[in-house]
Amino acid sequence: MSKDIAILGVGMHPWGKWGRNFVEYGVVAARAALADAGVKWRDVQFVSGAATMRNGYPGYVAGATFAQALGWQGAQVNTSYAACASGSQALAAARSKILAGECEVALVIGADTTPKGFLAPQKGERPDDPDWARFRIGITNPTYFALYARRRMALYGDTLDDFAQVKVKNAEHGFDNPNARYRKKFSAQDVAASAMVADPLRLMDICATSDGAAALIVSSLDYARRAGKPDAPRVAAISTVTPSFATDTVEMPDLATDSAVAAEPQRFRAALPRKAYEEAGIGPEDVSLAEVYDLSTALELDWMEDLQFCPPGEAARLLREGVTRIGGRLPVNPSGGLACFGEAVPAQALAQVCELTWQLRGQSGSRQVQGAKVGITANQGLFGHGSSVIVKR
Amino acid sequence: MDAPFSTPVLEGWFTLDQREPHLLGARCASCGTYYFPKAIKFCRHPDCAGETFEEVRLSRQGRIWSYTNAVYKPPEPYVANEPFVPYAIAAVELEKERMIVLGQVAAGIGVDSLRVGMEVELALEPLDDGKLCWKWRPAQP
Repeated sequence: MSKDIAILGVGMHPWGKWGRNFVEYGVVAARAALADAGVKWRDVQFVSGAATMRNGYPGYVAGATFAQALGWQGAQVNTSYAACASGSQALAAARSKILAGECEVALVIGADTTPKGFLAPQKGERPDDPDWARFRIGITNPTYFALYARRRMALYGDTLDDFAQVKVKNAEHGFDNPNARYRKKFSAQDVAASAMVADPLRLMDICATSDGAAALIVSSLDYARRAGKPDAPRVAAISTVTPSFATDTVEMPDLATDSAVAAEPQRFRAALPRKAYEEAGIGPEDVSLAEVYDLSTALELDWMEDLQFCPPGEAARLLREGVTRIGGRLPVNPSGGLACFGEAVPAQALAQVCELTWQLRGQSGSRQVQGAKVGITANQGLFGHGSSVIVKR
Repeated sequence: MDAPFSTPVLEGWFTLDQREPHLLGARCASCGTYYFPKAIKFCRHPDCAGETFEEVRLSRQGRIWSYTNAVYKPPEPYVANEPFVPYAIAAVELEKERMIVLGQVAAGIGVDSLRVGMEVELALEPLDDGKLCWKWRPAQP
C-alpha cells in the first residue's frame, strides 16, 4: 500500500514583522490553502497545528486555536511542538490519521509572532536548564552558526565570499516572491559591509526572526482522485528522527557534545534526509530542488553535503559553479530561503513544503525550477528536533 | 557580600583552583562515557543502563575545534559592562574524553590570535559581574 498522501492546497500569510496576533496570520494562510484546494472548511476532519511558545496559551494549543478561529465545526484537533520541526511533526500527525483511515482530509497549520532582537531564554535562575546556562556565560545562537562556518573555512577552505554568495543567490531567488519579507538584491560587497556579529558571520549572513503563517490541505490519495486532483503533488516521506548518540557536533543549546568514548560520533543533520530518502525509496540523484534551513549562509553549504548532493567539502564548489541557483542542475532555496523570509518557527517547515508544492505544480513564476519532479526540505532546531520532507509528482 | 572573585557563575561546574582549574564532569561507571555538566542520573548511551557516576576532573588542555566571538552584548541572563567589550569563544576538543566543550576565551585574546587545531588550556577569570567562569586560553609553553 502506498504511504503517500496528497497535497491538495497550500497557502501562506506573507512573512514580515507585522506585530499582529499570530492567529490572524494563521487564518489568512488556512483560508488561502482551502481556496487553493477547493475544499470547504466544514469538510476538514482534522486540524493539526504547530505550536508557538511565544504567544501564551493560545500558542500552546495552536490546533484548537485555529479551529476555533475558523469556526468550530467538530473536527478533531492536534497540536505538535518540535522546535523548528514543529510543522513537519504536525504534517506527520495528519499523515498518520489519514493512513490509519481515521480521516480523509486535514488542515496542517503553523503561525508565529516573534519578538525583536536575540532569542532569549525564559526568565529566572535556572542553572539546570542548558539553554539558561549557555546564555548565562554568553553563548548565543549566532555562536553556534559561526563555529560551524569557521570549521568549514579551516577544513575545506571555504571563504567569506563563498558565504556571501549564498546570500547573493538567495536574495536573487526571493526577489520576486510575494511571501518573502526581504525582497532586495544584494552584492557580496553589501554582505561584507554589514556589521560583524559572530566572526566570521556578519549581519547579512544570519537570518532574522519573522512573523508569518503557512498552511496545507492534505488528503488520502483516494480523496484526491474523487476531488478531481489525481495528479496533486504527494508527500512521499517525512523524517523526524532524533540524533543518535554520540552527537559529533556541539548543538544549540548544549555547552558540550556527547563524549564518544563508548560510541562512535554520529552526524545528526545527515541522519534526517537519510531517513527521508529511505522512506521515499529515492536518492539524492532524483532530487530536482531543495528548500533547506539557511539559519546562516554557511549552514546552507553544510546542508548540501548532509543531503548528499556532494561529498563533504565540495558544497562551495557547487555554489561557485552555479549548480544551486535557479537554472542550475539542483537549485537550493528557490523561495529565497530564510535569507529572504527570516524564521517564523512553527510555520517555517510548512512554508518549505508550500514552496515545493508550487514548484512541482509549475506555479512559481519567475523563480520556477523547470521540470521539477521531486523536492526535499531539511531543517534542524533545538533539543534534537529536525525534519526532512520529500514531495514528488 | 561574597568575595567578588571567588563566586562561580555556575556552582559546581568547575574547580576553583586558580592555578590549574578543571571543569567538573561525571563519568558513567558502566560504560565510561563522560558528561559535562555533571548533573546526570541516567547514562545517555542507548545501550547502557548505568545509574552510577563518579565526579571527574576533565582534561584541562585540548585543541580548538572551532572559534568565534560575540560582537554584540548577549541578552539576559548574561550580565555585561557598558560599553560592552566583545569576547572570543572557542569550542575545544578534549582528546581523552572525546568531547567538545565551549567556553569564552580569556579577555584580551581576539579571534585573530586563534586558529583551528591550536592547543589551549583552561583558566578562570571573572565575567563582567565579577562571577568566576572557566575560559580557554592559548596553552602556556
